[in-house]
Amino acid sequence: MSAIYIFLSFVMVFLSFSICGMLAMWMDRKVTARLQFRVGPPWYQNFADFIKLTGKETLIPEKANTFMFIAAPVLGLIATTIAGTIILLILKNQVSFSTDAILILYLLTIPSLSIILGGSASGNVLAAVGISREMKLLLGYELPFICTLVISAIKSGTTTSLGSIIQFQQQNGMILGSFSGVIGFIIGVLSLQGKLGLVPFDLAEAEGELAGGSLIEYSGILLGLFKLTKAILLIAGPLLLISLYLGGFSISSITGVITGILKYILILVLFILIKNTNPRLRIDQTLKLFWGWLTLLGFAGILLAIAGW
Amino acid sequence: MNNKQQNTKKVVVPIGPYHPLLEEPEFFALYCEGEKVVDVEWQAGYNHRGIEKLSESKHWDQVTFLVERICGICSTSHPFAYCNSVEDLLGITVPERARYIRSIIGELERLHSHLLWVGLAGHFLGYNTVFMWAWKYREPVLDIFEIISGNRNHYAMFKVGGVRRDIENEDIPKIRKVLGELKGQIEMLTGAVLDDPVLAARLKGVGVLTKEHIKNFGAVGPVARASGVDIDVRRDDPYAAYPLVEWKVITTENGDVFDKAVVRLLECFESIKIISQCLDAIEGKKGEIQGEIREVPPGEGIGRHEAPRGECFHYIRSDGTNRPVRHKIRAPSYVNIPTFKASCIGQTIADVAIILAGVDPCYCCTERVAIYDAEKKKKLYDFKYLVEKSKEKTEKIRKEI
Repeated sequence: MSAIYIFLSFVMVFLSFSICGMLAMWMDRKVTARLQFRVGPPWYQNFADFIKLTGKETLIPEKANTFMFIAAPVLGLIATTIAGTIILLILKNQVSFSTDAILILYLLTIPSLSIILGGSASGNVLAAVGISREMKLLLGYELPFICTLVISAIKSGTTTSLGSIIQFQQQNGMILGSFSGVIGFIIGVLSLQGKLGLVPFDLAEAEGELAGGSLIEYSGILLGLFKLTKAILLIAGPLLLISLYLGGFSISSITGVITGILKYILILVLFILIKNTNPRLRIDQTLKLFWGWLTLLGFAGILLAIAGW
Repeated sequence: MNNKQQNTKKVVVPIGPYHPLLEEPEFFALYCEGEKVVDVEWQAGYNHRGIEKLSESKHWDQVTFLVERICGICSTSHPFAYCNSVEDLLGITVPERARYIRSIIGELERLHSHLLWVGLAGHFLGYNTVFMWAWKYREPVLDIFEIISGNRNHYAMFKVGGVRRDIENEDIPKIRKVLGELKGQIEMLTGAVLDDPVLAARLKGVGVLTKEHIKNFGAVGPVARASGVDIDVRRDDPYAAYPLVEWKVITTENGDVFDKAVVRLLECFESIKIISQCLDAIEGKKGEIQGEIREVPPGEGIGRHEAPRGECFHYIRSDGTNRPVRHKIRAPSYVNIPTFKASCIGQTIADVAIILAGVDPCYCCTERVAIYDAEKKKKLYDFKYLVEKSKEKTEKIRKEI
């Protein structure tokens, strides 16, 4: 693969993932609205919101570290897009290298880190509380999320290459079909819920308590970039989970695309359901959940996977 | 450690004056160490409108409209207490039909106010589904108000000596139908809220107020009843139709935010019970709805009403003219809000948010101050100044047009 090909993929992923991500966010908003007896926004609402944000004045607080304040959202956006590009290239060309799943895992922590960086650069008290929560949350969900990866890796013959995991599933059926697969999938969905900052894990933004928390000082295009990062993450995260547990997303045939979209919608619906049937958890309760129940469940899943269940 | 060092270690997390947690402008300064709140300071006064002073310049009948505008949510509580106070001064009893109608309005208001709180509490916890559902179920109550009075809020039903409008007999079946549906909906909502394990984890044992706290702060209403303090003006000092119907005061023992929610939700069923009995009593009958009042003699009167948030107290003094010479109002939130000193200290920010909301604070009821410049001993922003500002603005807009 030439550098130009990879760069073009990067641009394509940036465009397609952000558009699809915004449509997914619209679906979330629409379904949430219908659940709450509301009408909900039209399909282009998120695009309109983003365009509006680009036209708004970008305020940089006096106390802020200007460079970090501007660099943070850009960093998060680029890292998420790179993760998305790697996933898409693997899905499209079926080529991968031996530890790419670990690389994706690392890249997907960068959006959270960028929120922490940006929040701390803004010098706001509420943002400081928000980032302290985001940090704890990141530490919380990373361990169970690694368990998710490990379970899938063990099930598909001890490989950390996403391509091999997908190929394994194409030959032997989805990993979700096994006991350990179900456990890994549940943990994966909950960890992604935390990564995406959706209720019950939206405590870093916590509108009712912190009025936006870590993002409180962001406005204009910089806030727009954070929203865009969320949109791309909303595609890249579930795609990773689909690759790990649901047999991947084939983009070479129409039936493959349709089943892929259905798999994606399944995960999105799970996100929306969890989001709308739970109140926000406190940070200590969140950590108890992630480090206690989910990590234990993850270890149990790993043992089951080793035993071949 | 001296004071200065102590303060540098604490971070002030501001809640307000404008904040998604507060429906009205108020300022809570949370002094925090990490996520733990070690002290709270409260500043009020952003909403002062000088209602008590204004009241002295209105005649007796106008004041009912004025006090109705103290608060948009408990907009009947203040006229209710005010009418009770004037009737106390006059020493008259209200016609029976008017008493039933008064109770109906008072209880409908409790219904919609409690549902509003449940929704807001859900919103503050990030549980927007409860927020929207509770407010959806609040809508029919406002529809009933529209059937009765023509308005969704500010019903203007109260009048010294009676009520301003009758509830038409042909409207009663409609009201009954809506109430019947509402009962099922509130049952569903109550089940959903009280059986939710995650909500219980967030609310149980949070912001506990003991009986001693309640007595020390003089807290009233659902806040007091959730801590096992069995007080309710409707039963303790009967007025309107409350002694004529069957109902009971709901109390719980724990005093945490969860129990406050339980008390409010269960009170909704009591309110529905009271309303149906009152409707039974007036259905198919005709009767006077207002007594005749010629003039108000000199003297004093007090009136109380159990507003959705607790006891609302009005005191009036008359010198025999057509307007009160003194009108003192004590809204329930005035004594309920300061309980944060007992319930918030030592909790985390996440809990403090819901504890502050747990007393169902109504700030515009509470505002009873005017702004003075202490050094110049001069009142700032007096009525004349505000009128001038308002005229200036009108002129400016007119020129622009």
